[in-house]
Amino acid sequence: MAATQEEIVAGLADIVNEIAGIPVEDVKLDKSFTDDLDVDSLSMVEVVVAAEERFDVKIPDEDVKNLKTVGDATDYILKHQA
Amino acid sequence: MAKIKPSKGAPYARILGVGGYRPTRVVPNEVILETIDSSDEWIRSRSGIETRHWASPEETVAAMSVEASGKAIADAGIEAAQIGAVVVSTVSHFSQTPAIATEIADRLGTDKAAAFDISAGCAGFGYGLTLAKGMVVEGSAEYVLVIGVERLSDLTDLEDRATAFLFGDGAGAVVVGPAKEPAIGPTVWGSEGDKSQTIKQTVSWDRFRSGDVSGLPVAADGTIKFPAITQEGQAVFRWAVFEMAKVAQQALDAAGITADDLDVFIPHQANVRIIDSMVKTLKLPEHVTVARDIRTTGNTSAASIPLAMERLLATGEAKSGDTALVIGFGAGLVYAATVVTLP
Repeated sequence: MAATQEEIVAGLADIVNEIAGIPVEDVKLDKSFTDDLDVDSLSMVEVVVAAEERFDVKIPDEDVKNLKTVGDATDYILKHQA
Repeated sequence: MAKIKPSKGAPYARILGVGGYRPTRVVPNEVILETIDSSDEWIRSRSGIETRHWASPEETVAAMSVEASGKAIADAGIEAAQIGAVVVSTVSHFSQTPAIATEIADRLGTDKAAAFDISAGCAGFGYGLTLAKGMVVEGSAEYVLVIGVERLSDLTDLEDRATAFLFGDGAGAVVVGPAKEPAIGPTVWGSEGDKSQTIKQTVSWDRFRSGDVSGLPVAADGTIKFPAITQEGQAVFRWAVFEMAKVAQQALDAAGITADDLDVFIPHQANVRIIDSMVKTLKLPEHVTVARDIRTTGNTSAASIPLAMERLLATGEAKSGDTALVIGFGAGLVYAATVVTLP
């Protein structure tokens, strides 16, 4: 069953917490991965791969650069999840 | 039909000795920061690199190889004249003809050993090791010298903030010879040419010679910038960590062991972040010693695995007889992984 926006944000918060050590409550739709959440370009790849597994979605390399905020990633997953 | 006598090789092969050469000049991040807008902290956090070695004009590909090989031959306890083949893996020897392996074989004092170069980027050591094992077991050489050597500082764009800090120079060598027990496991190797553009030379040599600057990086004097190695960082990182972790697991499976049986993990020293993520993805147990030679050696492509192996043994972090997983991966994209017993 497809995840809701709320579930995706919660899932991303877990992933970002696991990879970058950021408290889950800081991960909100308007937060920028690099500027607000200390997720650099390489950690972003780890976040993307973890999100792919968790939400059964494919996020190709060329799309990763467009995912600036948690909201961008959430929208992408909502649109592309199987 | 005449009956052809078969060749007679050893039952198994093993690495008998290892040697390394790092250029005299140590280059700290401060020197890199003279030509790019970055910081020591940024370079360390993205790559783990604190210092690297850059070769002087005298520290040529051949000179560094001869130094490293001499140590490997001594470590193996054999004479240069016993070496039947010399395999050199490099992408940074600027004269394509003849192969540099022949000069190295001659300078070492081999007795007309077969000698040739291979091009397999950062997987070059694993490719060479696989060839060497084949030669020893098949019988075309009793002892094979495998050298990984690079002068990547010659192929580095010092104004590119994504790669200026990454590369280093050096040579690593091993002697592969006969063994009574298996000491080099099956190699899991391959290529993914559909990703050939993710790590590449910025400009081909013929295009560089043409002088046609359209669409290419231009130097201060208006000419084409000298060719350098460039990569798509995120794509390479994803492939290196997640795809190569699968290959590493396949090499363990092929050798009939599990991660618990490992003493040492020596991945290609591409970037400490790749190494750390691979360790996590592979779920390597705490007791496994992980090579992180990249911190003071940088990324030396084909030389990185033998250099890291030599250092781990020299510092006592690893010991002779330890079981090690080695995996190389890079431009091609190509990869090679195998389990070996350390010399």
